[in-house]
This record gives sequence, structure tokens and C-alpha cells, in this order.
Amino acid sequence: MAIDLGAIKTQLNEAVPGAIVDQEGDWLVLAADQLTAAAAHLRDKMGFDYLTHLSASDYADRFEVVYTLYSTRPELQGPGLSLKVRLPDKADAHLSSVTPVWGSANFQEREVWDMFGIRFDRHPNLKRILLWEGFEGHPLRKDWHEPYYEQEHKPFKSRWPHPDSPRPRLAEERVRWRSNVQYPPDFDPDPARWEPIPEIDALPGAKIDINGLDTEQIIINIGPHHPSTHGVFRMVLRLQGETVTSVYPVMGHLHRCHEKIGERNLWTGNIPFTDRLDYICPMYNNFGYVVAVERMMGQEVPERAEYIRVIMGELARVINHLLLVGFMFNDLGAMFTPMIYGFAERERVLDLWEEAAGSRMMVNYYRFGGVARDLPDGWLERCRKVVDRLARKVDDFETLLTENEIFLSRARGVSAMSWQEMANLGVTGPLIRSAGLEYDIRKVEPYSIYDSFDFDVPTHETGDLYDRYRQRIAEMRESIKILNQALDRIPAQGAIQAGKKPWNPKVPAGEAYSRVEHPKGELGFYLVSDGGTNPYRYHVRSPSFVNLGALESMMVGHLLADTVVILGSIDITLGEVDR
Amino acid sequence: MFGLGLIKGLSITMRHFIESYVYDRKPWEPRYSQEWLEKHQAVDGKGLFTIQYPEQKREIAENFRSLPMLVYEESADEPRCKACGICARVCPTQCIWIERATDEKGRPKAKPAGFWIDLTICMSCGFCAEFCPFDAIKMNQEHEIAVVDRDQEMFYDLEKLLVPVDYYAELHPTDYAREEEKRRAKDEAGRNAAETEAAPRKEKGPAAPKAAAEARADDLKRIEGIGPKIAGVLQAAGIHTFAQLAATSAEGIAQVLKEADPKLLNLADPTTWPQQAKLAAAGKWEDLKEWQAQLKRGKQ
Repeated sequence: MAIDLGAIKTQLNEAVPGAIVDQEGDWLVLAADQLTAAAAHLRDKMGFDYLTHLSASDYADRFEVVYTLYSTRPELQGPGLSLKVRLPDKADAHLSSVTPVWGSANFQEREVWDMFGIRFDRHPNLKRILLWEGFEGHPLRKDWHEPYYEQEHKPFKSRWPHPDSPRPRLAEERVRWRSNVQYPPDFDPDPARWEPIPEIDALPGAKIDINGLDTEQIIINIGPHHPSTHGVFRMVLRLQGETVTSVYPVMGHLHRCHEKIGERNLWTGNIPFTDRLDYICPMYNNFGYVVAVERMMGQEVPERAEYIRVIMGELARVINHLLLVGFMFNDLGAMFTPMIYGFAERERVLDLWEEAAGSRMMVNYYRFGGVARDLPDGWLERCRKVVDRLARKVDDFETLLTENEIFLSRARGVSAMSWQEMANLGVTGPLIRSAGLEYDIRKVEPYSIYDSFDFDVPTHETGDLYDRYRQRIAEMRESIKILNQALDRIPAQGAIQAGKKPWNPKVPAGEAYSRVEHPKGELGFYLVSDGGTNPYRYHVRSPSFVNLGALESMMVGHLLADTVVILGSIDITLGEVDR
Repeated sequence: MFGLGLIKGLSITMRHFIESYVYDRKPWEPRYSQEWLEKHQAVDGKGLFTIQYPEQKREIAENFRSLPMLVYEESADEPRCKACGICARVCPTQCIWIERATDEKGRPKAKPAGFWIDLTICMSCGFCAEFCPFDAIKMNQEHEIAVVDRDQEMFYDLEKLLVPVDYYAELHPTDYAREEEKRRAKDEAGRNAAETEAAPRKEKGPAAPKAAAEARADDLKRIEGIGPKIAGVLQAAGIHTFAQLAATSAEGIAQVLKEADPKLLNLADPTTWPQQAKLAAAGKWEDLKEWQAQLKRGKQ
């Protein structure tokens, strides 16, 4: 159901006079000083209770903070409402925080502060999130240049030998180390005199009252190099006895400047980079990015290519959930058996990807308007065998784990959460469905050819660890259902690419937020184009990152032994969290 | 009953345990042989599927890609590359540098004078091969590339990047066949157009006998194991037709190849070529095709 922008404008302006100042295409422009009142009205009176995406972009004369709102109400599910706030004063950019209204803004506002230096007034904890305290500058501003900076956009001119430098040189030779690394003004780069920032004191509630000598309270630091954090992720836990009283997640150890690199790249050049976001299911990252760009280009996709895309995407969903279940049991102490069973099945899917795309993990398979290459001979028959095998193996997993009494007593009732609270924190995907909200982007805002398949959106009731596990099993069954239908109906012949495949397509000027149902939740791409061959702004709204915002609410009050399982059940990939 | 779920679950692990004995631990069968490997890694395989790397290696898929390489046909001095630079521009990590060759007057030629790829930052995305309009840059499958000094040894120049077209045809037979088919169709169309244009003037002259000889020559590449390079070598040695090839012994062909380039014998084995050529000369294409399907690069 499309959103009636005119009606929303009138209603909002009546309730909050002067809230809407302008309209740019599908985007409504809010007045900065009316933001809090408008946000409260939008959530409470108009049903937009699901803020999933918040980011910003830097223009020559202003910053823009953008919000994409959705609704959990059945009659309002569907395309979202896009809002933006302009901040013309770039030297002192600040805005009131919407975290009190939508909890999901917490991490995303911190990311905007980190990357753009926009302050959010009355934010509970406005600290850097992906970079470290003490980092100089805000890297996604257009005037910030990275070390080894050459040019605003690829392709770089230096790649064609210049009379001054006939031989190509390595990056390390072109720019000497340190010659363009930026330090804070009072920073002494000599490692002998360098002192770390006392970070633990900076954490909220981290200080122990020494005077009272409350020996019951201790702080435990898990990670960043801890096997149960599934990567380089750090949790600072405060414990009362064995009960968690506060959690402070520290991330960014795997930050690789994905968005800054994305702005330098060609539109095409970003496809292989998206493989590196969530490296468990690279196919779906490709999917999300090409869908977003195709919407901006108005690109059509041939039918056979659409089927191939859906097959690859659903295979990715099955192996993601298989691995998740395996790792979750690893965290519970069922060391390796379920995980290795999951990995053995994943190998078969990776074989299929290698045959079709040329690589097992860094697939780089989707293209604007199609896929990179056609399926090899006999691929579909092999795929069908693998799908049949996966269906049997999901049954095996159920027999192996679902009724296991040890698992039941560890998982039932732990970390239960209502979907209303999850929606407020921006949680998406299998997590919120396990708590009872029937919300699947493949159904509410169909992309590709998902609307032609017959599948259900499974839900569970409590959102505890046990339901999160059962949710994944149920979703694998639905994916296998989709796979079987797709394998039955895929056209035997046909184009896999619409028209000629240009190496440097131009995308019409404009901005859009587009989302897909990634196995972990809502994967969104916020793209701004100035009409050229490179993105002006390239933002990834990754499901793992936003879902982590619910970490503290899920953990507080539970036992230390359960924390690693709760973290595992959220299903994070650090490549996607830190980007 | 408490514990029933546990027992049900253990039945699965028990099944895996027994399967690993039934399928793996047969004392009279050699473990980790190639057949063993294929059986276990198949879609319906059971038991162990790990392998003993590096003693044993998986067969990699035909589409597998690792790092780029440049293809030449006749000689390494004439690569297919025309130095157009699309690969360098589309490369997401910008790891390709090209220097265009110039003739003696300083005008640029459609040929690279230098071609460098910094493989330390190459992300193996395959865009260069995908968008190359001349089929000149292709993806290699060499994946054991650990070196001691990455700055020096992973910085490939023309010499390290160039590979003969037979090597490419061996790695990617399907792609190669498709490209050759396309090229043949294009050449034919071009030749037809040229012939209709040149027809009134094609009465006499030194070109006529040569054209006649070429018209009589067979396409030696239809023999399994012969690529464009070897076909060129054989023609230079006076072997133009299938009948001539059938009349030459395998040792004779090997001698010809050895004289042209000793490396060729590593790529090709001429043992079956006279026999294949005999079938081809007799026009028994069906038989030949059937036999070729059983051969692997001309070897029995």
C-alpha cells in the first residue's frame, strides 16, 4: 500500500504547526526545531513506530539527516515514510536526538556523530561507535581525506603512467607513511610517550564505588578476541553476583571504511565490496545492492536472471541459518557437533556457488540488470539434489536438537522480549518474527519476483532463545519451499542480462533508501547519486549492527553463562557490524 | 519421559558415527584415493568429506577464478591486449597499470609496452576479464601463490602475466569454445564482406595461389589437443590438412613441436593425433566426436 504523502503532510502540519517545510520528491523535509514533537506524533498518532534506518549525508551547503519510518500495523505495512532534516550550519551542526522516541536511533545516531560530526542533543551516550575516542576528524565528510588519498573518484589518473613516473609504484611508495595521516592537535605520535585513553572510566556506569567496597560488583570484559563473540567484538559486562546489570558493547575493530571506499568506487565497483559485508551469505548482499541501484536506474531484469537470483539468495538464507544454529549450540557448550554438521552442508552450497559464480565466498555474482554469467550445464539438477539433501538435513537438525532436554532448560524463557520492545529498538528479521510480529519484507514490500512464490511467514510467541532457534528452523523450511518452486519454474532458456552490460553505468540523480530481507534482518542501502558514475553517498544499513542495539535489553537480568548464547542468537557478522 | 529428546538426538550422532565406519573405514579399500574423494564429496556423499591437503587436492570448478593473466596467441610479443585500458578503469581496487606502446614516430600503438598488476591488492573480482572487449585478460586458477617478499614477487609485470592461449583453453574450455565460435562467425562475416568487395579485382596476382592453398587447408584445431598455436606450428611445417596429419607419425609431430618450442610438449601430447586426423580426413565426425569425449586433452 503506497503512502499518501499529501495526507501525512496535512495531518502532521495540523498537529505540529510548521513541522514540514518542504518536499523533495518522495522525501518530506522536517523543520529541525520541531523534530521531537513531530517524531512523537508520528509514532503515537500516525502509527510509524518502526524506525529502521537513520543516516546522514554531506552536501556543499548543508548536512542532511535522513530517517526512514515503517509501521508494524498491518494496514500500514509496506513502503516507508522518508523524512529528512536539513542542517545548514555546518560548523555547529546539531539536532535533537530521537532516541527517546525510537530506541533504534541510539546506535545509528552515534554512527552519524562518528562519521559526520553532527551532535545529537539529549542523546543518552553520544560517543564514537565505529572509530575510537580520540580519532581526528569525521571521515564521511567530503573534505576529510584518507591516508593515501589520490582523487575524489575512481578511476585514478595515476594508473596511466605519467611522464614524471614512468613506472607504476606501490601505494606505500606513492605516499610515504605518516605524511598524510591526521593526528589530533595535541597528539604525540611517538609510541614511547603515548598513553592510551582510559576508556573503561568513560563507560556509563562502569565505575565501581570503591568507598562502599561493594565487592559483589565486578566488571568482566569479553572480547575482542574471544571465540564466543563470533569475530572481533567486545562486551563490557557489569555483574552483580552472576547476574548481568549492564552491558556496554564496543565495536569497530573490523571497520574497513566500507562507505568511504564506496563513495570513491564506480557503481559497479561496489558489488564485490558488498561480498565482504556479511561474508556468511555474500549472495544476499549482492542482491540488496543491485536491487537498490536498479530501482534508481529503473532497470528491468530478465525472468531467468530473477529466478537465478532468488535461488542463490534462498540458498544463502538456508546456510546462514544452518551455521547460526550450529554456532548457537557451540556457545551453549554442545561443542562442534551441530556446527560441523552445518558446515558439511554449507560446503555443498559453496560448491554450487563456485561452479556458477567462480568463487566460494567472494562471489561477485549479481549485476545491474542480471547476473554475471549463466549457470553451467547440469547446475540446476545438482542444485535440486542439494536442496533435497538440505531438506533432509533440516529434519535431522530438528531430531537432533529440538527436544533435547538440556537445550530446553537452558533456552526456554531466557532473554524473552516482546515484539513491541524489539520494534522500538529497530530489531528486524527472524528475531522480531520469533517474538510474534509477522513482518517479512519479501511479503510487505516485495522485490524481485518474491510475490510470485507461495510461502508463509512463520512466527513464534515469546522471542526467547528457544523460539529464536525454532524460528530459524521454520524459515529454512520456507526457503526450501521457495527453492523447490523456483527450480520447477525457472525458464530453461533466456537472457540473463538486460541489454548490454556497461562497465560504468550512470545512475540518474536522486536519492533512495531500498531494503531487502537479508537472512539476518533488514539490509538497506541508502544511496545518493549526482548523476555520475560514482555514488555521492553510499550507506549500508546492516541488520547485525542495528540488531545489536537490543543487546543490553536482552542481556540485563540474565546470567553471565547465558550472555554468549544471547549474543549468538542475535546472529551477527562483524564484517557487517563494523563495515 | 525426561531424556527422550536427548536419546532421539543421539540417534542422529550414532547414525553419523556408524556411517563413518560403513563408508570410510574399509581396510581393504585405500582411503583418500581420488574415487574415495569423489564419492564422499558428491551431493549424496556420507561419512567424512575432508581431504588430505596438500597431498590431495580437490578438482576446482571450471569457472573458478583466482588472479588475472594476459593471453597471447602466436608469440608473447603479440598479446591479444590492445591497451584500451578498460580493465584498469573498471578495477575496483585500481591495481592495474598499463603503458601503451608507441611506434618510432611516437604515435601510440594498440599494444601494451608495459602491464603491471599489483596482486597484493587484487581482490579477484574478475571484472577485468568480464569487461575486456578483446578476450585478452582472463582469470587464472593458480591459487597456491604464497611468496616470501610480497612487494617484489606479487607485483606482476608483462612477463609474469602472459600465458599462451592453449593454457587458457585448458583452464576454461567452455568459455574458450564459446569465444572461438563467436570469433569464427565474426571472421567469416568479415571475410564474406571482403570477398564480395574484392571479387572483381581477384583475377590474378600472388595472393591467389596462397588463398587456394588456404581454402584447401583443414581446420586442424578440430583435433582434440591442438590449439591455435600448435595449429600455426604445424602449418609452418607444411601440414595443412587432416590427410597430411594422419600420414605423419606421432613421433614426427612431436619432433616438429619440439623444434618450434620445447615447451609445447608440456602442453600437448600428440600420440592420438594421427588416428584422430584419419577419422577427420575420412569425414567420420560422429566417431571422432565420440572418441574425443573420452580423451582428455588428446591423451588416452
